[in-house]
Amino acid sequence: MSAATPAPTSGLAQIGKSVFVKGELSGSEDLYVDGQVEGSIALKANSLTVGPNGQVKASVEAKGVIVLGKLEGNIQASERVELRKSAIVTGDITTQRISIEEGAYLKGKVDVHRADVK
Amino acid sequence: MKLFRGSSGPETIAEQGSQKLSRRSSGLGELSRTWESAEALCVLDLGSTSATNIRHFTERGHRIYSEDLLTASTDPELLATDENGVAALDSRKFLADNLVYPAAHFDVVLCWNLPDYLDESLVKPVVGRLWSVLKPGGMLLAFFHTRDAGPDSPCHRFHIIGADTLEMKRIVLRQEARRPPTGAARGVTSTSDGFQLQRVFNNRHIENLFRDFASIKFFLARDNIREVLVVR
Repeated sequence: MSAATPAPTSGLAQIGKSVFVKGELSGSEDLYVDGQVEGSIALKANSLTVGPNGQVKASVEAKGVIVLGKLEGNIQASERVELRKSAIVTGDITTQRISIEEGAYLKGKVDVHRADVK
Repeated sequence: MKLFRGSSGPETIAEQGSQKLSRRSSGLGELSRTWESAEALCVLDLGSTSATNIRHFTERGHRIYSEDLLTASTDPELLATDENGVAALDSRKFLADNLVYPAAHFDVVLCWNLPDYLDESLVKPVVGRLWSVLKPGGMLLAFFHTRDAGPDSPCHRFHIIGADTLEMKRIVLRQEARRPPTGAARGVTSTSDGFQLQRVFNNRHIENLFRDFASIKFFLARDNIREVLVVR
């Protein structure tokens, strides 16, 4: 997956831009959403990418979250959140690390928790 | 009212091409002493979303909320017509969707240059809401242009890069947000890729704007900017 423009690769679960899903989504593999999702997304050990056409209205729990499209809901990421320049995010973010490109829009609280030192 | 001649002003042009400037800020310097000495402050940043500012506060154990009010004010659904047929933004709808926090929630509000670029119909209602979400004793920092700045003074995003140092970068609007709020009807705002200065407040206007606050302190900068630090 390119760091600059994440795009779905073969073997990656994806929701295409003409697909609308309402309900609870959970899984144990990375997910790429370029369509619409309403409800909740739980990928505790995996990553969620919201593509440039993606419109997600859901609470999200994942290891990593990358947003290029729209996401409305709270994000809880155990590792990392990336908001690319086209991202529009409304909701609170809890994560260990966050990166935000200039131009991204965020409305919400940011809680950054440091990793436990072992 | 207190007047201070600060050392604020632009110092270096870091990247000419991307119009990135750094400037000393006396108001920020004074405010910094609060967040360097206190713990677990609640901070509201009303400028463009800034990873630098988020990092600045979270590294110090503070909580930060980000809300880009200027961009929010470009929502086409806010456009309404008053009883005189004049186009205006619906401030009630704006405040129903934005700045929705419990009373006395924040210790610090970073307004940056919001009042100078926000549509006229929203300025007083927004300041009123900011008063209510600030804790008693909480502080708000805002920047105001002087008349010498000129009408084409660009709107910047502000990144905190030191105790009293800001990095400023000109805001370029998203394509979908390139709509003058009410300016098209009033002839105030030209179509551009950035926000346009809506007005210039004089000191009396600024004092009136913040008349419900307990105190106001002015810092006069060299770059046609007045920094204002108000305490609720």
